[in-house]
Amino acid sequence: MNENNIVIETKDLTKRFGHFTAVDHITFNVCEGEIFGFLGANGAGKTTAMKMLCGLSKPTSGSGKVAGFDIGKQSEQVKKNIGYMSQKFSLYEDLKVWENIRLFAGIYGMKDKDIAVKTDELLSRLGFESERNTLVASLPLGWKQKLSFSVSIFHEPKIVFLDEPTGGVDPATRRQFWELIYQAADRGITVFVTTHYMDEAEYCNRVSIMVDGEIEALDSPANLKKQFGAHGMEDVFYKLARKAKRGE
Amino acid sequence: MKQFLSFIRKEFYHISRDKRTILILLGMPIVQIIIFGFAITTEVKDVRVAVFDPSKDEVTQKIIDKLDANEYMNVVSVIDQPEDIESIFRKGKADIAIIFNQHFSENYLHTGDASVQLITDGTDPNTASILTGYVTNVLNAAQQEISGQYKTPLSITPEVKLLYNPGMKGAYNFVPGVMGLILMLICAMMTSISIVREKETGTMEILLVSPVKPIYIIVAKAVPYFALSCINITTILLLSVFVLGVPIAGSLTLLVGVSLLFIFVSLVLGLLISTIVKTQVAAMLASGMVLLLPVMFFSGMIYPTENMPFILQRISDIIPAKWYIAAVKKIMIEGLEVTFVLKEIGILTLMGFTLLVISLKKFNDRLE
Repeated sequence: MNENNIVIETKDLTKRFGHFTAVDHITFNVCEGEIFGFLGANGAGKTTAMKMLCGLSKPTSGSGKVAGFDIGKQSEQVKKNIGYMSQKFSLYEDLKVWENIRLFAGIYGMKDKDIAVKTDELLSRLGFESERNTLVASLPLGWKQKLSFSVSIFHEPKIVFLDEPTGGVDPATRRQFWELIYQAADRGITVFVTTHYMDEAEYCNRVSIMVDGEIEALDSPANLKKQFGAHGMEDVFYKLARKAKRGE
Repeated sequence: MKQFLSFIRKEFYHISRDKRTILILLGMPIVQIIIFGFAITTEVKDVRVAVFDPSKDEVTQKIIDKLDANEYMNVVSVIDQPEDIESIFRKGKADIAIIFNQHFSENYLHTGDASVQLITDGTDPNTASILTGYVTNVLNAAQQEISGQYKTPLSITPEVKLLYNPGMKGAYNFVPGVMGLILMLICAMMTSISIVREKETGTMEILLVSPVKPIYIIVAKAVPYFALSCINITTILLLSVFVLGVPIAGSLTLLVGVSLLFIFVSLVLGLLISTIVKTQVAAMLASGMVLLLPVMFFSGMIYPTENMPFILQRISDIIPAKWYIAAVKKIMIEGLEVTFVLKEIGILTLMGFTLLVISLKKFNDRLE
């Protein structure tokens, strides 16, 4: 983690839909190589905030920079420098493993030669060599998630956004999945992750907790526990989420 | 450009992996042409005729023999009581009944005024009118023959000439209809389903976060269905020329040009549907209800729109397939030049671009 190099910075980032303020003046920084946990109850505004950071939706007011590019004005550049994996499994089930890799690598403008070399590398690292020609539909869920994450960072983005990446996965596979996340962070890729599993929150370098569109707490898990006098992150989350006035 | 090509390749993979769908898409035109060409026909054969003949004379016997000798009709029962007529229909033993008056031949020869009553089942008005038409023809023929023996009355004999479709083949009417239906089905329905599928599986999210321009995603979706439609048009035209014997009277280039225009309109309609609905099932229902049924009813494929009430006629005007089918009829069957289909081409072009503007706007709104 390189604390001198800030890759995500927002200032008073706000998104309103009519009279409803989904994201209310949030300000935070994320450093290069950091694993940043983005927590909050359903409806707290996590997804809206993440969409703005990915260049999918323009902020109503405030500003934000991702990988050095303005999220409001340079969304094309932002998109080129990030990876994204969502809660819904998002590779093509009716495409083979290598076809999926080639497609997404091609979308990010990688050259065919590089794609071929990196595909071999990736498959051997994951131990998937024998599955190269398998349709993704016939892989077990845990494998799919791992593959999906590997595809999302295949083009070596500066930042990868993970939207509840481990939903519906068993604890052992989740563990393996987090090992992949650590490996990516070691390579200098910043990981921005939302989750509902509090044990996963403990794995993060820093955690922010959103309540009703605002960031109520932001620190390392250890400091947060100290600050709220709680035993675990679960406790911290309950104490904050209880204050929420918004329903789902 | 490379991005775009890898997208098109992906779309072809999707279609080729789904063997059942591709079989349906390629097989459907063949099945429809065969069903419409051979199974669904307005000709009525093996008509069962019942006769009530209290007169029992030379003339009635001659008419009955003539009816029986006709290749479409068989006299199956001779009734003795007029009351039996109803029961014979109830039991479904006859399709049409002929009732002669008493002293038929006497009346006919002396007063020249003999009457005969035809009774048939009116539940299906089309069949009923075809049946009475058959029998009337036989009666007329018999009358001429008999009266010829005595004297020749002055009479006007119309000689009918049917333009464009001298054989009165149903195929001339439905081949353009099937073309409209198939193109609409493949382009609009399949395109909308395939776009909505990506929303459902979550892959659309990934594509939107990627640097690909959304318009590329949409255009790449349309390419394989465009190719499939071209294959289907070729199949339909080959089948109709070589199997059904419907010739292409006009310019093939013009026919293909108009078809490409209609494919464009249908693809845009598919895009519009995909921007409105959220699930594949909804996409299928929307294209089924909003596109296919109106095409069947209002395009003039089955029922002529000229006979519809004013309001329904105006509704039929907004169905793109109506104009396409009309243009195909003019070009393919009547062999007309481009100047005669300018109206249809103009309307389709206008519809295409209006729909394109609306759906691109809706598509961009959805992205926000």
